[in-house]
Amino acid sequence: MELGRVVSELGLEPLATGDLTRDVQGGYACDLLSDVLAHAEAGDLWITHQRHLNVVAVAKLRDLAGVIFARGNRPSPDVVARAAQEGVNLFLSSEPAFEVAGRLHRLLHP
Amino acid sequence: MKLADLAQLLGAEFVTGAEYADREVTRAFAADLLSDVLAMVQEEGVLLITGMTTPQVVRVAEVMNMGAVLFVRGKYPTGATVEYAAGAGIPLLAASGDMYETCGVLYQAGLLPARRKGFRLDRPASPSRPPA
Amino acid sequence: MTGPQAPPALRLKRIYEVAPRDLERAGTVSTEVRRELLALGMSPEVVRRASVVCFEGEMNMVLYSEGGRIILLVKEDRVELLFSDRGPGIADVNLASQPGYSTAPDWARELGFGAGLGITNMEENSDLFKIRSRVGKGTVVRATILLGVPFF
Repeated sequence: MELGRVVSELGLEPLATGDLTRDVQGGYACDLLSDVLAHAEAGDLWITHQRHLNVVAVAKLRDLAGVIFARGNRPSPDVVARAAQEGVNLFLSSEPAFEVAGRLHRLLHP
Repeated sequence: MKLADLAQLLGAEFVTGAEYADREVTRAFAADLLSDVLAMVQEEGVLLITGMTTPQVVRVAEVMNMGAVLFVRGKYPTGATVEYAAGAGIPLLAASGDMYETCGVLYQAGLLPARRKGFRLDRPASPSRPPA
Repeated sequence: MTGPQAPPALRLKRIYEVAPRDLERAGTVSTEVRRELLALGMSPEVVRRASVVCFEGEMNMVLYSEGGRIILLVKEDRVELLFSDRGPGIADVNLASQPGYSTAPDWARELGFGAGLGITNMEENSDLFKIRSRVGKGTVVRATILLGVPFF
């Protein structure tokens, strides 16, 4: 499903958006960067409570469709700036990871 | 949802606490960071979904009066974590699915997200104030 | 005879030692404190708040300090948790208190610690919260939960 549609269906707040026409292949929910590096797949939307600067680097390395910061966990401006620079899509959701994952899963696998 | 039904739905197994198979959970919280659990969970009996198997996870589950801990990504707790949970009466389950998929299945099955009574306004960060 | 100036009577005092980097035991003071408060018949809300404050304070001490102690004081009108460590101290307490700010090393983050919410969680669950720190000396935190006061 196209990222732009996922964003509007889930009501995500865009923080940094490069390419909203990207195809979202699936989701990955995790707060451990090493695990995301090892197991997330290209095209996944990453749902996390983490808001460390390295989130951007991991998303870039794994070629993820984007990152959703859950439970209103707004990252600092330097994280957003780095993402804009690197062309990594960042979004904010006020819902906790369980709910974001649940709704994304239902959207992608109706 | 009874823990037994949840286990069946996910193909998960009880690591300890199978005697609590009839316990009902209605709300869930998924996180790997313990501070998030401490910050967000205010109700009792919540299901914790996590990929962390340290003994601290079970201690957090105990002090927050959580209903059960479900380990995802194939993480299987051992040693101190299991012993402590058994002693404290906290059922532990292990599932092979990842957190996203597990949340998806449970959300679809009607499990609700854990609620917090009030949210702190998370404004864009401001520079550090000088000490008063 | 207790006059209006008399301090509230002490119901319970416990002292716990916390060893640095002891991840095997980290979190056990919090579970002990919970048990003590439940045994005194405290409300679940007060027990939960005290447990959260204690867990975060204890984890901070285990992860970052040279060790120290936690004192639990239960008085007629309040639960107090006093944390004191032997250093290294926090250079900028305001910065360290900001949600999301963390100096946790990678190994701690990979164990699910270092979300940068420790002090925030302590403060949000306390009615009165005071932190003093001196680099090279140590950090002292006093967290108070007032009984019979509404909590929002």
